[in-house]
Amino acid sequence: METLLSSLRITVATMAICVGGYSAAVWAIGQAVTPDTAEGSLITRADGTVVGSRQVAQAFTQPQYFWPRPSAVDYNGAGAGGSNKSPTSTDLTDRATETVAAYGATAANPLPAELAAASGAGLDPHITERAARYQVQRIAQARNLPVDQVERVIDQNAFSPGGMFTPDRLVNVLEMNLALDENKAG
Amino acid sequence: MTQAILFVLFILAGTALLSWPLGRYMTWAMDPAKGQGRPNGFTTLFQGVGGSLARQEQDWKRYAVSLLGFNVVMFIVVFSVLALQQYLPLNPDAKEALDPSLIFNTAASFTTNTNLQHYSGEVSFSYLTQLGGLMWLQFVSAAVGLSALAALARGLSGRKLGNFFVDVQRATFLVLLPAAFIVAVLLVLTGVPMTFNGSVVATTLEGVQQTIARGPVAAFVSIKQLGTNGGGFFGPNSTHPLENPTFWSNVVETVSLILIPMGCVWMFGRIIGRLKHAGVLFAVMLILMGARITASVGFESVPTQAFVSLPITQDVGNLEGKELRFGTSAGPLWAVLTTSTSNGSVNAMHDSLNPLTGMMPMIGMWLNEDFGGVGVGMVNMFLYIVVGVFIAGMMIGRTPEYLGWRVESKEVKFAMMALLSHGLFILVGTAIFAATPWGADTLNNVGPHGFSEILYEFSSAAANNGSGFEGLGDATTPWNIATGIVMLLARFIPIILPLAIVGSLSSKRRATESSGTLSVEDGTFAGMLTATVLIVGALTFFPAATLGPIAEHVMFMK
Repeated sequence: METLLSSLRITVATMAICVGGYSAAVWAIGQAVTPDTAEGSLITRADGTVVGSRQVAQAFTQPQYFWPRPSAVDYNGAGAGGSNKSPTSTDLTDRATETVAAYGATAANPLPAELAAASGAGLDPHITERAARYQVQRIAQARNLPVDQVERVIDQNAFSPGGMFTPDRLVNVLEMNLALDENKAG
Repeated sequence: MTQAILFVLFILAGTALLSWPLGRYMTWAMDPAKGQGRPNGFTTLFQGVGGSLARQEQDWKRYAVSLLGFNVVMFIVVFSVLALQQYLPLNPDAKEALDPSLIFNTAASFTTNTNLQHYSGEVSFSYLTQLGGLMWLQFVSAAVGLSALAALARGLSGRKLGNFFVDVQRATFLVLLPAAFIVAVLLVLTGVPMTFNGSVVATTLEGVQQTIARGPVAAFVSIKQLGTNGGGFFGPNSTHPLENPTFWSNVVETVSLILIPMGCVWMFGRIIGRLKHAGVLFAVMLILMGARITASVGFESVPTQAFVSLPITQDVGNLEGKELRFGTSAGPLWAVLTTSTSNGSVNAMHDSLNPLTGMMPMIGMWLNEDFGGVGVGMVNMFLYIVVGVFIAGMMIGRTPEYLGWRVESKEVKFAMMALLSHGLFILVGTAIFAATPWGADTLNNVGPHGFSEILYEFSSAAANNGSGFEGLGDATTPWNIATGIVMLLARFIPIILPLAIVGSLSSKRRATESSGTLSVEDGTFAGMLTATVLIVGALTFFPAATLGPIAEHVMFMK
């Protein structure tokens, strides 16, 4: 009985400090120092509507946009997940066959593997620079733009996520598509 | 590949260096006795909070009873929070009532520091459930492990075991809380959300509605990583871009995976007063873990087998289930670290790892000691040490001793019971579920990979790990109850039996070590210990591995 009483006292103390105090302190620092990412890196239009989160992939299927990596959950931001298929699974072959067809990839112009493989959460906001360049022709054609102009959007957005530890440069799909739409307006 | 190797070395070397001062600090925090760390003024305060029971020295039985009593309270409190979440505040997305078997499984899972998740956080749980229920357990369940190690080490140094109620507060407030706060701030700075606002509905550029779940993620993820808990805020854990948004957040989370388990080895060495012995243990653990990391990163550089026949580039490794922002070796590295420690968080989907890569996390959970969970990893290693010392003693015809304590049949029986129960839970559980619809109807993959999903799930439950081959449809009543029971037994048997061993050892007269004593500080001991770990592990699990990942590799990888 005494054991339970002591346990309860410690429960109250740890709850108050490790749940209440700690969460509040971390929250206050987040709101004060990095309010944008603390709220989920939302991109909002002038009229207040939310376009999406910079950190979360959204679906793009129209030819005038860069397309993200495949998503096993159809880009569900409220129920993320991966395919959880073994890399030896024929289900993956079937899914990749459809992706290959969508991009019109051929043996002479093979699809970069990262565009065929679904990410862990199905919400990877990035593709590699080469996967972006792979899509330039289609986008330029659909937008009736010179290829250079689409290439320039990639140049402006490409970044190295981990410096010397990551050789591949990445681009954020949603940010590039926003830049494409702005170019059209301007 | 150069960058991949560089990244692995950067993480391992950096964390190993950090673990040295941390071990020193943890000794001060956990064992402020004369001649150990410097005394600190917190003991009186913690005795006040804990009440009259907290003021007495406990023998191993009282220590164990207090530990179990506190765990009963932990379980009941969180069971209640889960069962009542629909009536409680901090529920902006109106999460509803949960299935009773899921409540049992989740309460057992987080009480035992396992964090096996048969639910998806952003789908099912309110913010109060996540913080007030689960995150609280992530602090105190890790503290329980650290307390057990401190008591074990005190016993081995010839002193009384201490007091559980004081130890658990030292571990929570002096070790875990400051570490969690520092890491949480780093995560906030690297872009992890920390908000109490509910999910937002976005209208995408193509005009579709997308609901984006968010929440108080940074605070939760910090202790999830540090306390070898591993339960994610979101369903897909640290693959989720809001749980692990950048390369650098991934670095912080990866280091946090193994930092405290590494520090525990140094703390153990300092409390028993044998730092050189701790150095040998650290080296053995690092070698066992390093071997699996090398294998894992190597096997995962093979391209996705399913794409080989298609016009898809074959110049990168397997990217199914991985995020691009972490770089190529971050997934297979994390997979080993998270199962070497009993963490169980993921930053790549283990179900989609190449077959032999997927075996490396399983081996980690089967051995479960390098570096193991917070506190309990070193306690598991102690079981192997007892067995190893006994075998070595028999081989050279001397009385087996460890740190001057005579190891006899009673202690070895206890150690073997604890080690064999691990294999029993995994193999019997897997056999039952593989042979019945309980397991067979819940698979996401066919053939040997399906078997691997079942084997992995029981390994994860028995190792108190919590990761999974997540394709498995494990949110069923049989899975919830079976893994719930396994987690509880597999948590408390390997905590209580080692305490019993120490109780038994310390009731004997301690011999002084002489030149005739088997040294625990040289290469011979390291080799003997490694062999014991590998033989016990391999003999128990090799047949099961052959049916799962090895069969899949042989059948399908070209």
